[in-house]
Amino acid sequence: MSKIHVSAVVNGEPIEYLCDPAHTLLDVLRDQLGLTGSKEGCGSGDCGACSVTIDGRLTCACLVLGAEVDGMSIGTIEGLAQGDQLHPLQKKFVEMAALQCGVCTPGVLVAAKALLDRNPDPSETEVRYWLAGNLCRCTGYDKIIRAVLDVAADMKETAR
Amino acid sequence: MAAANGAGRILAGGTDLLVQMRAGVVAPGAIVDVKRIAEMTTIVEELGGFRIGAAVSAAVIGEHERLAQAWPGVVEAVNLIGSKQVQGRASAGGNLCNASPAADSGPALVAAGAMLTIQGPKGRRDLPVEKLHAGPGRTTLEPGELIVSIVLPPRPARSGDAYLRLIPRTEMDIAVVGCGVSLAFEGDVCTSARVGLGAVAPTVLLVGDAASALIGSRLEPDAIARAAAACRAACRPIDDKRGTIAYRTKIAGVLLARATAIAAQRARSH
Ligand code: FES
Ligand code: FES
Repeated sequence: MSKIHVSAVVNGEPIEYLCDPAHTLLDVLRDQLGLTGSKEGCGSGDCGACSVTIDGRLTCACLVLGAEVDGMSIGTIEGLAQGDQLHPLQKKFVEMAALQCGVCTPGVLVAAKALLDRNPDPSETEVRYWLAGNLCRCTGYDKIIRAVLDVAADMKETAR
Repeated sequence: MAAANGAGRILAGGTDLLVQMRAGVVAPGAIVDVKRIAEMTTIVEELGGFRIGAAVSAAVIGEHERLAQAWPGVVEAVNLIGSKQVQGRASAGGNLCNASPAADSGPALVAAGAMLTIQGPKGRRDLPVEKLHAGPGRTTLEPGELIVSIVLPPRPARSGDAYLRLIPRTEMDIAVVGCGVSLAFEGDVCTSARVGLGAVAPTVLLVGDAASALIGSRLEPDAIARAAAACRAACRPIDDKRGTIAYRTKIAGVLLARATAIAAQRARSH
C-alpha cells in the first residue's frame, strides 16, 4: 500500500513524514520520529500511557492513525520541559516520588497538564476522574493525585 | 467506499475501529476519515433543536452549554464513553454504529427521540435511532450508507431527560444495564415520556409500555411501579460475567425509577 504524506506540528516544530496508512500516531511518534516518551501499554485505549494532545485535545496516540493528523498540532511528553527546565508537574512528581517504574508517567503528566490547562483549580474528585484513563500498576495512585493537587495549589499561590 | 467493495471502513473517532484492526477482527481495504466533512463535525441549533454531526467527539458535545442545558441526559450518556482520552475522539455516531447493545449513547438517544440523517449512494433518508440496531455489532444501514448527523428535537418548557447506568466500578466500564428517560409535563401531569433500555437485549430497546405507564400520571409510586414492571418485562438479557439475567432484569426496573426521578426534577427546573 502506498504511503501517505503528512505535515504536522509536533511540540511546536513543523514536521513531515510518510506513513503507512495502517500505522498509528503512536507508531509514528516512537518509530519514525524517535519520540519514545509516549509509551505503548495496551494499544487499545485502556491504559493512557500513550496520552498526547492533538490541537490541545487530550487523546490516546494508539487510537489515532498517523495519517489522520495532517495539518494538526501534536503535543507529547517531550514538549513539557523547556530545555533543561522541567515543567512544574515533572518537578513535583520527582519531589513527591509520584512514580516508581515510570511507564505510566509520561501519559499521566500529559493528561495532568491537559487538566490544569483547562481547570487550574480542580478538586480531588475531578483529578481522580480526569486521570481514570491513566492506569498505574505501581504507585497506588495516591501520590500521583497529591502531586497534581500540589502543583495546582502552587499555581494558585504564584498567581496571587 | 464504493471502490473498496464492502471492505471499506468509516473512520470517525477510531476508538473502536483501531482496536478491531489491532485485534485482527477487521482488515479494511480502505479507510475513509470523515472528520474533514464539516456537517459531520459540527453542532448546529436547528428548528429549536440540535443537529449533532455524527463524528463530533464526546468532549465537544460535553462542552456545548446550550445542548447540555436542553438535553442533559444525552450529554451525560455520551460523556460516560471511556476515559477523557477516549472522549477526545469517540463520537456518538461511532458509538451507535459500533452497535454494542450496552453502548451508553443508545438508551439516552432513544429516550430523546433522536432522528438520524443517513447518507447513502441512493441519497438521504431519516431513521429513528431505535431502528438502527439489528443485533450486537449489526446495524440496518445499507452498504455504503453512513450516519451524517443526529437530530434532537426542541425542548418544551417543563421537560427533562436523564441517563443512568449500573457498572461495578465508578468509571471506565461497560454498562450492566443502562436506562434513559425523557419526560415532559403540563403542571404536575406527565404529558409525554420515552424510555430507552440498554444491555438487556440484543439491541437497545424503546420501551413503549413503560412510557404509557408514566403518561397521564403525576409520577405516583403506583405509576412508577407499573413503568418499572414494563421495563422488567421488556428485558431479554444474557447471562455473562457482568451480570445474570435475573440481576439485569431487576436492575432495569430500579434504574427506571431513579432516572425518572432525575428527569422529573430537571423538568421542574427547566
Ligand atoms: S497504549 Fe494507548 S491507551 Fe494504552
Ligand atoms: S509508576 Fe509504574 S506504572 Fe505507574
